Amino acid sequence: MSTTTTAFLEGLLAGHSAAPAGPLGWLNALRGEALERANALTLPTTREEDWRFTDLSALYKLAFRPAVAAALPTLATIESFAVPEVAARLVFVDGKFAPRLSSGGSTAGIEVRDLASALASDDGFLRGRLAQLADYRDDAFRAINAACLADGAVVRARRNAAADGPVQLLFLSTQSEVATHPRVLIVAEEGSDLTVIEEYAGLADGPYCVNGVTEVAVGTAARVCHVRVQREAAGAFHVATTAVRVERDAAYASVSVALGARISRHNLNVVQAGEGVTVNLDGLALIHERQLADTHSFIDHAQPHGTSRQLHKCIVGGQAHAVFNGRILVRAGAQLTNSAQQSRNLLLSRRAHVDTKPQLEIFADDVKCAHGATIGQLEADEMFYLRTRGLSESAARNLLTYGFAAEIVDHIPIASVAASLRRAVMEQTQAELEPAA
Amino acid sequence: MIGKDARTLLEVRNLTAKVAGVEILKGISLTVRAGEVHAIMGPNGSGKSTFAKALAGHPAYEVTGGTASFDGKDLFAMPAEERARAGLFLGFQYPVEVPGVANSQFLRLAYNTVQGARGKDELDPLEFDDFVRERMKLLEMDPAFLDRSVNEGFSGGEKKRNEILQMALLEPRLAFLDETDSGLDIDALRIVAGGVNKLLTAENAVVLVTHYQRLLNYIVPDYVHVMDGGRIVKTGDKALAVELESRGYDWLDKQAA
Repeated sequence: MSTTTTAFLEGLLAGHSAAPAGPLGWLNALRGEALERANALTLPTTREEDWRFTDLSALYKLAFRPAVAAALPTLATIESFAVPEVAARLVFVDGKFAPRLSSGGSTAGIEVRDLASALASDDGFLRGRLAQLADYRDDAFRAINAACLADGAVVRARRNAAADGPVQLLFLSTQSEVATHPRVLIVAEEGSDLTVIEEYAGLADGPYCVNGVTEVAVGTAARVCHVRVQREAAGAFHVATTAVRVERDAAYASVSVALGARISRHNLNVVQAGEGVTVNLDGLALIHERQLADTHSFIDHAQPHGTSRQLHKCIVGGQAHAVFNGRILVRAGAQLTNSAQQSRNLLLSRRAHVDTKPQLEIFADDVKCAHGATIGQLEADEMFYLRTRGLSESAARNLLTYGFAAEIVDHIPIASVAASLRRAVMEQTQAELEPAA
Repeated sequence: MIGKDARTLLEVRNLTAKVAGVEILKGISLTVRAGEVHAIMGPNGSGKSTFAKALAGHPAYEVTGGTASFDGKDLFAMPAEERARAGLFLGFQYPVEVPGVANSQFLRLAYNTVQGARGKDELDPLEFDDFVRERMKLLEMDPAFLDRSVNEGFSGGEKKRNEILQMALLEPRLAFLDETDSGLDIDALRIVAGGVNKLLTAENAVVLVTHYQRLLNYIVPDYVHVMDGGRIVKTGDKALAVELESRGYDWLDKQAA
């Protein structure tokens, strides 16, 4: 390992000693084991198949440190991220829970807490659930996250509980040269119904690094809707894993939108652990300039009668580079699986670049699996249609580009979040539209 | 509604055009004056749709010869959007779906773009909403179609109504309606045709491209043209359409030969 890489790793792992050992023996052991793994594993490079298209060498040249206590953003700043529909909102500033900026909290059957205080008063719920779904033994970034595990969010929906409104988890980065390791645990117990908005945003000017891990356990016949919005600042590096386990007859729906960061990588791993599971994954990366956005998804059909539908879209302008790897595994026993995956990509400039790879591995014989990938520019007939309505070529192009993105945003069931993202998409595509009422 | 000194809206002379290197239009001439209703009929592949798209400015349709003036201006010197702003409208046989864009947003953008180009007032979202709802009544359209994505998941008939709604909003001088009747059941046909009739004035004109005489029972043409092999081979009045309905197109070939 080169010395520069060492400085990078040491900077990130400083997060381990920044949060000293607490009274929970199992947590100390977990963090200790993860630290060992973090030191033993090599940081991924483009020589690995899984990272072939995503070169992190620019990240490894930087040295980060844990966040220091700093002035919190004002409430007015936070209000620009407000989602009026939410029942509870937890705000984290540079990885640390900010109670003053947070609102709502636990209601009957729905517990929303910051991880640090949940750990401090844990009755055994977290042990055996935390760090169980996202394996830190095989991935350096997840190992670093687990080694630094100290703060984050815990959302628990108890048996048959239905939330009054969505839960918003907002992770704001305000300091440059800082690495944070957000950790989220979402547990939807049997028959519960939960919607979580997980948002990452940046106010810092310089480079910073967010290394997040989110685990979602969806219990029998529970329903989880998970909206993930990544609009980090332009200098950010964002690496994250979302690991989901879905039990019998349960449903998990995710809409993931990546707009920000210089380089972002999202691993989305979903295991259908019981029969009759429904999984819907919608993804959008809308990037320009020199951004890179990488999504690696993995749907593991481990049980029969599972359904999965996935639509991932990338809109790439400037010299940006989007990566999508969509792996779908249908295990030998997973008969009557019905799986459909679409990767659709729009290139807005000559130097924009997309690498997309569907990866189907099917070991059951009675299944229906469809997949497709398209890469291209806007259809001439679509352009012509709009121009015959008086729109200039550029207005037509912008409108179609907007629509291409908005189709994913339309899947978000929270009106204000969808509206805010439509505005962001409008701005980026320069579509001359008023927001729809 | 033909006036004696009606102004000429469209004057096409010896138009030839290619699509993907193949000559489809082989010398078409057509004059349309204000207040007139024309019908263009003809078998599949005769070039009817190509003619409409070439006039509207589809970039894949290469004009290789001839002239077209629209309201005194050289049509082929204008890109598609300028033709639309100048008052030429094409109702599509297969309207394009635009997922993610609400119909109301699209209609208002098109309306305001054309209004702006004509030096007229644009409407804000609330004003436009009132205006478009009023126009939708012409076509007995459910206002719910405003909130849906443009044409997405619309039935064939709903798409065609949405086309005529766009015509009603953009108030063209000349509308080419390309097989607006295809895919319509008899009730929808009556409603759509009724909408077109209400939009017709002494100042504008419509050219109906159709396979069937049925539509012409509702929108009565002053002229019926038959296209075959990229040319207009016969022109008559509405009686010609009735004759075509009973005799087909074959007798024309023999007559021509």
